[in-house]
Amino acid sequence: MDIIVCIKQVPDTAEIRINPETNTLMREGVPSIINPFDLHALEAALQIREQLGGRVTVLTMGPPQAEVSLREAVSMGADEAVLLSDRAFAGSDTWATSYTLARAIKKLGAHLIFCGKQAIDGDTAQVGPETAEFLDMPHISYIRKIEEVRDDYIRVERMMDDGYDVVESSLPVLLTVVRELNQPRMPSLKGKMAAKKAVIKKMGMADIDAREEDLGLRGSPTQVKNIFAPEIRAERRMIGGTAEEQVYTLIKELRESKCL
Amino acid sequence: MDYFLDEEQSMIRDLARQIADDKVMPVRAELDEKEEFPWEIMKTLAQSDFFGIYVPEEYGGLGKGGFELALVIEELSRACLGVSTTYAANALGTYPILLYGSDEQKRKYLPGIASGEKLVAFGLTEANAGSDASGVQTTAKLEGSEYVLNGTKQWITNGGEAEIYTIIAMTDKAKGARGASAFIVEKGTPGLSFGKKENKLGIKASSTRELIFENCRVPRENLIGKQGMGFIIAMKTLDNSRTGVGAQGVGVAQGAFDAAAAYARERHQFGQPIISIQAVQHMLADMATGIEAARALVYSVARFIDSKVKDVSKESAMAKLFATDVAMKVTVDAVQVMGGAGYMKEYPVEKMMRDAKILQIYEGTNQIQRNVIGQAIIKESARL
Ligand SMILES: Cc1cc2nc3c(=O)[nH]c(=O)nc-3n(C[C@H](O)[C@H](O)[C@H](O)COP(=O)(O)OP(=O)(O)OC[C@H]3O[C@@H](n4cnc5c(N)ncnc54)[C@H](O)[C@@H]3O)c2cc1C
Ligand SMILES: Cc1cc2nc3c(=O)[nH]c(=O)nc-3n(C[C@H](O)[C@H](O)[C@H](O)COP(=O)(O)OP(=O)(O)OC[C@H]3O[C@@H](n4cnc5c(N)ncnc54)[C@H](O)[C@@H]3O)c2cc1C
Repeated sequence: MDIIVCIKQVPDTAEIRINPETNTLMREGVPSIINPFDLHALEAALQIREQLGGRVTVLTMGPPQAEVSLREAVSMGADEAVLLSDRAFAGSDTWATSYTLARAIKKLGAHLIFCGKQAIDGDTAQVGPETAEFLDMPHISYIRKIEEVRDDYIRVERMMDDGYDVVESSLPVLLTVVRELNQPRMPSLKGKMAAKKAVIKKMGMADIDAREEDLGLRGSPTQVKNIFAPEIRAERRMIGGTAEEQVYTLIKELRESKCL
Repeated sequence: MDYFLDEEQSMIRDLARQIADDKVMPVRAELDEKEEFPWEIMKTLAQSDFFGIYVPEEYGGLGKGGFELALVIEELSRACLGVSTTYAANALGTYPILLYGSDEQKRKYLPGIASGEKLVAFGLTEANAGSDASGVQTTAKLEGSEYVLNGTKQWITNGGEAEIYTIIAMTDKAKGARGASAFIVEKGTPGLSFGKKENKLGIKASSTRELIFENCRVPRENLIGKQGMGFIIAMKTLDNSRTGVGAQGVGVAQGAFDAAAAYARERHQFGQPIISIQAVQHMLADMATGIEAARALVYSVARFIDSKVKDVSKESAMAKLFATDVAMKVTVDAVQVMGGAGYMKEYPVEKMMRDAKILQIYEGTNQIQRNVIGQAIIKESARL
């Protein structure tokens, strides 16, 4: 079973600050981590490899520094690591990111592709499903449990607001995962030693047969008009009195404000 | 202070620290309260290769030494001594095989130990053999191709949980100390059973039990070294493992100090944080100084032992004695710095104080360590 896990290097949002003048992230000095959801994706892949054999490849698109995240994934047990990096990829929105990832996945080949549900910085949750579309492949999002997996078949639980769906699919398929799926393992010492020596495979535009006009800023239909932090207008008021009085006042006020 | 760890040593320490912070700290109070064996944590340590640190690479380990082991034990002890005792007792039980085992024994047992698949325990102590190890009454009689063990070992760490037991038993009582031998006994061998779990003051996550041998037959190949070498094997084992107990002392003391210093910064009395009161500062200063001195000694001795010198009894006794006395004092003082809060279970230091006491007792009481050091001084002074 060949499995590809898409991981994104993200700033540790616990440490992040926003420049109040430009409204952009202040990335300087903020440590980078593997997107937490992607660790669950990697754990799922490693467990399937332990069960069925095969290889786990981690794939990231990013600047050269993203290699650190790939090595971390190797220290947890990934067999191979691929860094998609090229000036032509710069400025990609989710569309261009997904297109680029899809081209690379096509080149590498896999039976199962894992993504996190969403990245904690971009937060769109679009890259997984979009990548599957570019690959002309089914996808199942928000999976919280893998009930069964065989060489040509998978059955999973998809988390929904009101419970869960059981979804079956043939392979290949792309899955995006939620935290409930598993507990990511710690790196191992042997893995860390291997990670230090691991050869990171690098792929650029020429290696993935991509059309330049579909890459990076040029290939990104998203136009950012303005970025601003919404003002917080948290007006709070406690309604007093007996339960009956509270309900009465609440309904009255909701009616007055035309909410009801 | 910087102890100039190399890249791999730093990596080992950092990962041990991460496991201590992420996996041990959040559950230590609960493990203590429930007296629960820390299986989850042992599995994490196994998966991360920590059981193979000091096992040679040819047997599936990482081929590091007692120094790297001490770094791991220190980090785990900073979070929980019950957990670190469980982990360290494994090394204690493995040293007899590592130091004196045959190639065949090493090939058979070390890979499972290095992977953490099999926990190990060391059984020397008995009701009548504590500080005086020559009081061992458990016997091992050679009958054909088997040794038959009879007797009861007491207070054995990892008893019942471990798969592999290294046991000191008398093969020839008439020869006294020269009549003891060391054996490997696997869990599940008919005739080996376990007594009740002891109810202890501290290190409650660690399991301490009796090992009961009733006509327990082990193959002759399970004899470690030669017949009659049992006490030498036990003493060399303890020489090697005692720096680990020292590292436990450094770790628990550091954990207690960190908690006390953080609390002293936050706690206000008389209109100021108590850390600005000189009496409190002086306690913290003494604690910090003791910890750094203990760490320096433990690290130096561990590196000294790893350099494969022959006689390390005195140095290893010093490291154990000093670091564990520091640990006892620092944990008591940490409770004092924190006042009533320190006495409460909401904070970790009351547990650390209860836990620390064992370090002055097991693997040779600190009185016995002084005896060992004293003996060495006599020998050395005779040479002058
Ligand atoms: C409006 C907008 C404008 C943007 N403009 C720019 C820009 O000008 N320049 C710029 O550099 N960035 C820009 N970005 C950021 C970039 O497009 C996104 O970060 C990227 O497309 C991933 O989207 P996401 O973070 O929402 O990931 P999600 O879709 O939330 O991620 C889901 C999963 O997809 C996978 N994944 C996501 N990204 C990668 C990756 N790079 N490699 C491997 N796997 C991945 C992971 O498994 C992840 O868990 C922009 C983003 C937005 C929303
Ligand atoms: C929680 C726990 C875990 C343990 N785990 C293990 C284990 O895994 N394997 C194992 O084999 N053993 C284990 N032990 C046993 C431990 O090593 C002994 O308790 C220890 O060696 C002391 O023996 P004792 O308790 O019989 O004390 P005693 O020997 O009865 O000593 C009582 C007191 O007399 C003092 N004393 C005795 N003789 C002298 C002397 N000659 N000079 C000065 N003072 C002296 C001692 O220092 C002590 O203060 C464990 C014990 C405990 C409590």
